[in-house]
Order: sequence, then structure tokens, then C-alpha cells
Amino acid sequence: MKKRIVFNHRVLPYALLAPQILITIVFFIWPASQALYQALLIQDAFGLSTQFVWFENFSELIDDEFYLNSFQVTVVFSAATAFLAMSAALLLAVMADRIIKGATGYKTLLIWPYAVAPAVAGVLWWFLFNPSIGVAAYILRVFGYDWNHTLDGGDAMILIIVAAAWKQISYNFLFFLAGLQAIPKSLIEAAAIDGASPRKRFWTIVFPLLSPTTFFLLVVNVVYAFFDTFGIVHATTSGGPAKATEIMVYKVFNDGFVALDLGGSAAQSVILMLIVITLTVVQFRYIERRVEY
Amino acid sequence: MVENRRYLTYVAHATLILGIVIVAFPIWVTFVASTHEPQDLLTSPVPIWPGGAFLENYRQVLGVGLEAAGGVPVGTMMFNSLVMALAITIGKIAISIIAAYAIVYFDFPFRMTAFWLIFVTLMLPVEVRILPTFKVVADLGMLNSYVGLSVPLIASATATFLFRQFFLTVPDELMEAARIDGAGPIKFFRDVLLPLSRTNIAALFVILFIFGWNQYLWPLLITTDESFYTIVMGIQRMVTVADAEPQWHLVMATTMLAMLPPVVVVICMQQLFVKGLVEVEK
Repeated sequence: MKKRIVFNHRVLPYALLAPQILITIVFFIWPASQALYQALLIQDAFGLSTQFVWFENFSELIDDEFYLNSFQVTVVFSAATAFLAMSAALLLAVMADRIIKGATGYKTLLIWPYAVAPAVAGVLWWFLFNPSIGVAAYILRVFGYDWNHTLDGGDAMILIIVAAAWKQISYNFLFFLAGLQAIPKSLIEAAAIDGASPRKRFWTIVFPLLSPTTFFLLVVNVVYAFFDTFGIVHATTSGGPAKATEIMVYKVFNDGFVALDLGGSAAQSVILMLIVITLTVVQFRYIERRVEY
Repeated sequence: MVENRRYLTYVAHATLILGIVIVAFPIWVTFVASTHEPQDLLTSPVPIWPGGAFLENYRQVLGVGLEAAGGVPVGTMMFNSLVMALAITIGKIAISIIAAYAIVYFDFPFRMTAFWLIFVTLMLPVEVRILPTFKVVADLGMLNSYVGLSVPLIASATATFLFRQFFLTVPDELMEAARIDGAGPIKFFRDVLLPLSRTNIAALFVILFIFGWNQYLWPLLITTDESFYTIVMGIQRMVTVADAEPQWHLVMATTMLAMLPPVVVVICMQQLFVKGLVEVEK
């Protein structure tokens, strides 16, 4: 935690910490506690009177079919995004691990989507799948599928999943590649001498040894799909059509800023906070274990 | 490689090339669209090879902007994005390195309290405290300003942890030697720790610059004045024009410009980027 020998100074450490702590309290702790408090209040539409209602906002949420819908949408969206982004990245990483010549070139060409903002990634794919002029929509039509994400909720969901997964592939690729390169070659060689085929070697040796990386990436990808994908949804589908792509983060924003339901929005924020806290704790516990491992 | 299987190597190359093509395809289509006249993009299928309006389109977005989106030149938006990204990056690095220094090299009451206060920020992303944070910023009169765009985002637990982790690996002997030679805490920090942290700072800079440039929700909330629009959120204003198809050729040119700086940073500083990414997630 700290050094064996430390400087003794009465004022300096506080002065060094002051900017960080000040910003944390003003912009993090205080607003978060406000959200907690507001979650227990109901305000009328004009903001004239406020009533303390304990957990009514929460019980309303549980009965709200739109909230349950957005919960379901979020689960489907994050599971599909994590699965797609991770399996594509794992495939590419396994292939890149085999190659000796030109590996750096491939790596460079695969990592740059990380730098693209989620909102921009959304717009890219939105254009590609644009029902009237998009290239991808055109190809699908040639194959007899009438793509229209402005009307069909399923299409809209696929659109945001693809855009979200596309952006995350490079991140997963880097970590999978590092994980693969850390596996001792002697193990693979021993299995090869025993006559195991590349496919068998992958599923019985490489994949199990990769599980710490996989688990770590799973948590990171779920966090990403829950929170960082706001831009994708907001810039393209705006939660539609008919709330088919309304993920929870988008709903908090929409209910708070557009519908001005402050109590309901705050209650949703609190639920999201609990989710982040859980995911962070899982991530940290697991990372501690990995260090021992 | 364990055994020599020629065909597997070919399969590997083929898969990777296919992967790269799929990953790059949306960018190619975007680039192509940004080089065409508007009427080329009205009917399906859109062209697949670049057209001749490259200079025209880019000159228009950079200098004039889109009427429907408030008519802010993209040049201005890019400048705003740059200011915001640099302010966030430099601010985060500066305040976290001194906070980590205090936590590792000093012993004082409430040291652990401070550590936990910083740690908590990890669990409170902007997205979960949107409204109250907006209200604080509004009450402080920071809407529509560079301060409002950057300061609320510069508290960072990850950067503090990274520096703390790094300081713990710095040998104690260095500090002992410095103290014997009569160096005080500030001198030690400036002349010993800072030079040692150079690579870490650079790696973090790359990651945080991308983070700052790509901010979306925050600028969307606190800027209503067009002259403070950042490019990533500006695109959204361009595509959601009421009752009309977006002007795709200009939107796509803007999209290319929005991607350019962070992508160039990643490609040119690949080593630092990978290092930063791996360290931050530790």
C-alpha cells in the first residue's frame, strides 16, 4: 500500500490530494447522493411540489412494462454483443498466433476500430444498413431479405449489436493474443507429440488455459455494452422502433431529460449504480485471484 | 509453430485478411460516400469506388458546416474536441499523478479514506448520475464552456491506480538516497519520480486522448450553444435532421474527420497504446 519509509510533511499530502478529492466530491459523490435521494421523491410535472415517497419509484419501476422491456433489451443486447465481439476476436487471435510473418501488420490493421467513438461507429453501420441506399441493405435485398431497421425491431437490434461488437473486436483481439502468447509452447508440443490435432489441442488445452482472459473480457464487454454503447443507440435508433432498442442507460437519459420524470429516472440510475458496483466488485475479486494464479 | 501444416497457415492468412476486410469495410464505404456528389447517394446501390467531389465536400464541411445542423463549421467542432480531449487528458494525468504520490509516499490521517473516495469514482460513470451531475454543472454556471466540458471528467480512479502501482515498484533505495542527499518531497518528485514515469505518462496519454475525444453524452448534455459543439456529438445533430434525409456526402465527410485524429494516434503510437491499454485494465 505505501512505502516502508515515507516523507513526513503535515500539509503537503493534503495539498497534493486536494484537486482529485475536490472534483470527486463535487462531480461524483454529491450527484450520486442526489440521485439516491431523488429516487425516493416524487415531483409534480411543474416542479412545484415534492413528496417523499420512500420506495414507490422503485415499486413503480417493477410494475412498469417499459422498464422490464428495457431490462430485457439490455440483457439480450449485451449478451449478443459480448458473444459476437469475443468469438470473432478469439478466432482472429488464434489465427494471428499461428502466423510468424506479417503478424505486426495484421495487428495494426485490426486494432484501430478501438479509436472510433461509439456514436461514430453507430453512424457508420447505420449508413451501411440504411434501408434505401445502404450497401449492406442492398446486398440483403438481393438475397431476398427486406431489411428495414426503422420499422422492424429485430433488424434495429441486430444493427446496434453489430455496431457495438465491431468496435470492441480490436480490444478483445489484443487481450486474447496476449493470452495465447503466454501459454507455454511446451504444452502444445507435448500434445502434438501425443498425436492431438490442432482442433483438439485448441479445445482441450488452449481454450481452458485461456479462461482467465476470457472471463476478464466477458466482464469488460458486459460493462461496455451496458454503459459505453449509449452513443450508438442515441445517434442511430433512438431506442426505437417501438422501444425495441431502448437499453437501460438510454431510458435513464430519456426519462430524465426528455420525459422529465426525475424520480423515476433517479430510481433507474440507482439500479444501474448497483449493477456497476456488482460488476466492478466481480472484476476486482477476479483480478486479485489472477495475480495469485 | 509446432508442426508444419501448410494449409493451416493459408487458412490463418485467409481468415485474417477476411477479418480485416470486414473490419475496414464500413470505413471504406464511408470514405467513398464522402467523395461523391449528393445526387450519387440518392439511389441504391451507392457507388463502391471514390468519386470526384473529395475536395469540394471536405472544404465545405471544414469551412462552412451544415445549415440544418446549425451551420457550425466542422473545423470549429474539431477545435472544440481537441481542446476538450487535451484538457481531459492533461488534467487527469496531472491530478492523478500527484494524488498517487501523496498516497504512496506519505503517511497521514485519512490516507485510506482518500484512497476509497477515489476508488468509488470507478463505480459511478457519467451514465448513472446524468441528471444530478448536470444540475451541479448548471448551478456552477459551467454550461457551454470548455471548463464544463472537461473538468467534471478529469477525476480518474484508473489513472491514480496506474501511477500508484508504478510508484510501488520504484525501489525504496532511490528515495533513501534522495533523502540522504537532502532532497525534499517536491524535489524528489520532480527530479526522480517524474522522469521515471515518462513511459507510463505517454501510454496513459494515448488512451486518455482517445477517451476524451470520443466523449459523447457529456458534451451533448451541457452544450446548447453551437460554438461549443464537439465533432462526435455534432454528427448526431447532422443525422437527425427533421423530416429530411441527411445530406449523406457531408455527414460522411464529417464522420471521416471525426475518426481521423484518434485513429492516427492509435496507429502511430501502437506500442504505447497497447501498453496503456493493458496497464489501465490491470
